[in-house]
Amino acid sequence: MAQWFKKICDAFYNAWVPEKRYLAYLSGLRMTLRIALFAVMIGIAIGIVLAVIKVSAKHSKSKVLKALAVFANLYTTVIRGTPMIVQIMIIYNLIFTSPNSNPVVIGAVCCGINSGAYVAEIIRAGIESIPVGQMEAGRSLGLSYSMTMRTIILPQAVKNILPALGNEFISLVKETSVISVIAVNDLMKMAGYVGSRTWDVIPPYVIAAAIYLLMTLALTRLMGAFERRMAKSDRH
Amino acid sequence: MIVTKDLKKHFAGHEVLRGISQHIVKGEKVVIIGPSGSGKSTFLRCLNLLEEPTGGEIIFEGKTITDPKVNIDQIRQKMGMVFQQFNLFPMKTVRQNITLAPVLLKKMSQEQADARAEELLKRIGLPDKADSYPGMLSGGQQQRIAIARALAMNPDVMLFDEPTSALDPEMVGEVLAIMKELAQEGMTMVVVTHEMGFAREVGSRVLFIDEGIVAEENTPYEFFNSPQNPRLQDFLSKVL
Repeated sequence: MAQWFKKICDAFYNAWVPEKRYLAYLSGLRMTLRIALFAVMIGIAIGIVLAVIKVSAKHSKSKVLKALAVFANLYTTVIRGTPMIVQIMIIYNLIFTSPNSNPVVIGAVCCGINSGAYVAEIIRAGIESIPVGQMEAGRSLGLSYSMTMRTIILPQAVKNILPALGNEFISLVKETSVISVIAVNDLMKMAGYVGSRTWDVIPPYVIAAAIYLLMTLALTRLMGAFERRMAKSDRH
Repeated sequence: MIVTKDLKKHFAGHEVLRGISQHIVKGEKVVIIGPSGSGKSTFLRCLNLLEEPTGGEIIFEGKTITDPKVNIDQIRQKMGMVFQQFNLFPMKTVRQNITLAPVLLKKMSQEQADARAEELLKRIGLPDKADSYPGMLSGGQQQRIAIARALAMNPDVMLFDEPTSALDPEMVGEVLAIMKELAQEGMTMVVVTHEMGFAREVGSRVLFIDEGIVAEENTPYEFFNSPQNPRLQDFLSKVL
């Protein structure tokens, strides 16, 4: 038993200490965090644009807006209906054919395009969860559609949107690991490298898993604290 | 003040309004009654275009507001509306609920609007609720504030869509009292309601809408004491 335990300890020591292997995980982690951060920004930007198009097209007679809404629906349907790894392969081979492409850009664009579709649906659902009576009350007072949206609907919708958005970002951090298939040296990829050096792949992947878990736990905590603060101002 | 000509509305093949022509003059209190699903709320909501009519015309203060070129937001500033479900803004205080539209639409400065809110709250008997949030108030209080919110825009006409139907019975009286006061001050009012006592006492004209048309209209006295239409006779025998 003791021997078995020692073997495991040795394997993990091997995967972490010699040749300063811990630095490999750290550089991978840095890459993962960078990609996640930029992907979140791209995702929010795409998500807001798509959500605005989808929500406002419903109340407008504008042909341009209707056409954009068709595109927005197509976008969310295709992105949400296909595996991210397939999207990454297509986007990577379609756009980033130069060997000098910046890996952070590649990763962030691929993950951001994917995340944007989910963010759009979260925002749209958040806006549509506000009772129609609120819009009618605003309009009956003479406020325009966009004024009512800005001053009455969105401030209420944000409270519904933020928790769901937080969950989306937590899963985005995990999903960036898929980007390792296109030779981006993120945490997942670096764990793979260490494994190929030590001829023992399980310990480095377990270490990577632990690091992902720590990240998502920290983000979950952060979200929880944030939601409690919002709930406080909600208790009127 | 408001003229409707052959007003029609259908939802996905179902005809709700089948041609209503009405002339509502300044100072009149028109009370609309009828069975549920008869189209009376739809008619009221067409008047400020919350529902878009599918046929006919609406003329308000000489302007054909069903014309797509008309800026409906400006028209609505002159037509206050009170909803069955109050529809107060839950994240804003009572004062903010009342002052939001006049300030945003540059009808008043914040100070003027605040003063107007004080005055309106005093008038509806809730001067100490300015800093409360709607969620802390009873249904009756909320509906009175919704009336104050609509009045803050100084409308020419007030539309009431079953204003007491969502209230507990003991709160109906306080809302009707405010509406009576408003009527006595000469406000033009169009009221959809099930409160027959209110119709009799306050109405200058009562309409019975049934299956999308005005089946009968008369002064309250004639309307309630000698109804002609058999459907109205039947309706009144059930509700009175």
